[in-house]
Amino acid sequence: MDMMEKLTILADAAKYDAACTSSGVVRGGRPGTIGTATNSGCCHTFSADGRCVSLLKVLYTNHCCYDCAYCVNRRSNDVPRAAFTPRELCELTIQFYRRNYIEGLFLSSAVLKSPDFTTERMIETLRLLRTEYQFNGYIHAKAIPGADPELTYQLGLVADRLSVNIELPSESSLRLLCPDKHKADIFRPMAQIRDGNERSRAELKLYRHAPRFAPAGQSTQMIVGATPESDQHILTLTQGLYRKYHLKRVFYSAYMPVSDNKLLPAPAGFRPPLLREHRLYQADWLLRFYGFTAEEILDRDHPNFDASLDPKSDWALRHPEFFPVEVNRADYEAILRVPGIGVRGAQRIVTARRCGPLTFEGLKRLGIVMKRAQYFITCSGRMLPGLRCSQESVYRRLTGLEQAELPGESWQQLSLFDGAVG
Amino acid sequence: MPQFCYRYDGSFSGFLCCVFESYVNREPPTAFALLEDGPTLWEEREVAADENHAKRVYAALGRVSPAFRAFISRGFLTCLPEREVALYDLIRRGLREGDRVLQDLSDPTVARVNLALTKMWTEWDHLKGFIRFSDLDGVLVGEIEPKNRVLPLLAPHFAARFSREKLLLYDRTHREAIFYVNHKWAIVPLEDFQMGAAGAEERSFRALWRKYYKTIAIEGRTNPKCQSTHLPKRYRHVMTEFMEDEAPALGEKGKGEAAIGPVPLPSRFS
Repeated sequence: MDMMEKLTILADAAKYDAACTSSGVVRGGRPGTIGTATNSGCCHTFSADGRCVSLLKVLYTNHCCYDCAYCVNRRSNDVPRAAFTPRELCELTIQFYRRNYIEGLFLSSAVLKSPDFTTERMIETLRLLRTEYQFNGYIHAKAIPGADPELTYQLGLVADRLSVNIELPSESSLRLLCPDKHKADIFRPMAQIRDGNERSRAELKLYRHAPRFAPAGQSTQMIVGATPESDQHILTLTQGLYRKYHLKRVFYSAYMPVSDNKLLPAPAGFRPPLLREHRLYQADWLLRFYGFTAEEILDRDHPNFDASLDPKSDWALRHPEFFPVEVNRADYEAILRVPGIGVRGAQRIVTARRCGPLTFEGLKRLGIVMKRAQYFITCSGRMLPGLRCSQESVYRRLTGLEQAELPGESWQQLSLFDGAVG
Repeated sequence: MPQFCYRYDGSFSGFLCCVFESYVNREPPTAFALLEDGPTLWEEREVAADENHAKRVYAALGRVSPAFRAFISRGFLTCLPEREVALYDLIRRGLREGDRVLQDLSDPTVARVNLALTKMWTEWDHLKGFIRFSDLDGVLVGEIEPKNRVLPLLAPHFAARFSREKLLLYDRTHREAIFYVNHKWAIVPLEDFQMGAAGAEERSFRALWRKYYKTIAIEGRTNPKCQSTHLPKRYRHVMTEFMEDEAPALGEKGKGEAAIGPVPLPSRFS
């Protein structure tokens, strides 16, 4: 089998993993090595589906001994199988990296023979890459659930970020669709990575050359739309993961019909819940950067996202008592809650108002987009001059703005001359 | 009072000399022009570059604050129209009021320069990822066509990253190139540059990358609008994955020579 064929099979099998970030660790260049890593990561291209391609994302092998219903690589699925050799993969990574195609390697794998055996192969590959090929760039490795903790530790010493996929948002779904995986198998390595990372940070403060264990932390991913969990359930789970396991990111992946298993939505006519995934990411950002809690965003009366409105605007409309926010006096946290003002906008407002009171003109010059924000703020006690609105009309206008920005049904310009020709 | 247009050589130190001259003559320039530009409507002053004057102004900017100096020197790299006038204005205010002038983000001049800077850093960030190098006889060669003069900002990034390589990165817009050899880099003006033809190994890696790029996209999620938001089309004509297979060199987009038979795989894989 030639390289082209192998790469196609193993990249194709890895593409459903959403994570492709290269962030969270800073490493300058070292003479004789190749590669650096920056805190914010770097996107090298964007594929036709609009997703960032930062890392060379491949499986070590797609030979799998598990039979998870939702997965393309399940052993009962009849697809071509392949495996890299460690040297092939190192060579490919280095050559892609030199040409600035990629920021590093994302190495995952199907479970070949056993979790331990698979992890050993991955460690072998990454060690070769780090030592012989002197690769100093970013490496993201998948920890295989069920592998020996010592092996997971070794893997974390050569990788920057580790991730364990929790796959499905509840234990009952997991039991139903992945008979070979158990909840405990997934959370055990997660806790181990968290503890290992914290211990390594503490040691690094004492000894400069202490081993670095997964310095860029860990992330996880779950499939949305294959099983019946509500958005509230998923978001609360996410918040728990951030708080309890200190994850850097939780990724959501809209279920793509890859199987005709009876337990899953039928492939025919199934449309992946892309909008739902989008809303989950919006809410995820609110959790991480905007000081929201899951309970504020969704509750028992609103267990699912409003499809026609983003979660931040939705929260704002449900809490009229919080608004309007006075941009010249309100604290940073309150400004962050205004729909249409993000982290950067709020920071600019806080900086700029030290030099004098802000006006609506001034806000525009700061780069604040007024489309959404105008309904929720005052400048020196005044709303935007000429703005007339009621709570209903704000809802209508906000959903109207949202409609225009969402993909989906494309709007068509009506033509006076349709049908006239012919 | 007569209004003056200052002519200088277009370099940053030349601009600093203009600032020096204007303080000596006690006159704020109305406009700036390059030595080779056509005549203007104002009275003209030609400012000769003087390393000593430039250094004095540079030191004065640093005394306002290092951040202020960085703001001015980075601002000079942007493609903001009439950036010299805006920067001159800020320098005067900075020297008078101190660097808190930079915090007045809603001031029209500060906002204009800030916006230009944001765009430049965005372009820099994009290019860090979107630049494609080709291995031509052991030298990594790439080309870009940026709006802003980002080469001085890109050079340290690539020098650290590819410390053991030899590197050449050509900027078509500003006609200059980074050369990086033996842990040292320099930016050299270069009028014309044509990338050489790629060897068999280089072509095979390009083919592998294109194949990988096609494979990684999920068909059910195709979203060209999202793609162009993140990866604007103006970058694409020098990116390997958007070029035809067998395109002989980055410089000749769209020409596409006749295919030279199937692409052989790199020897180390066979």
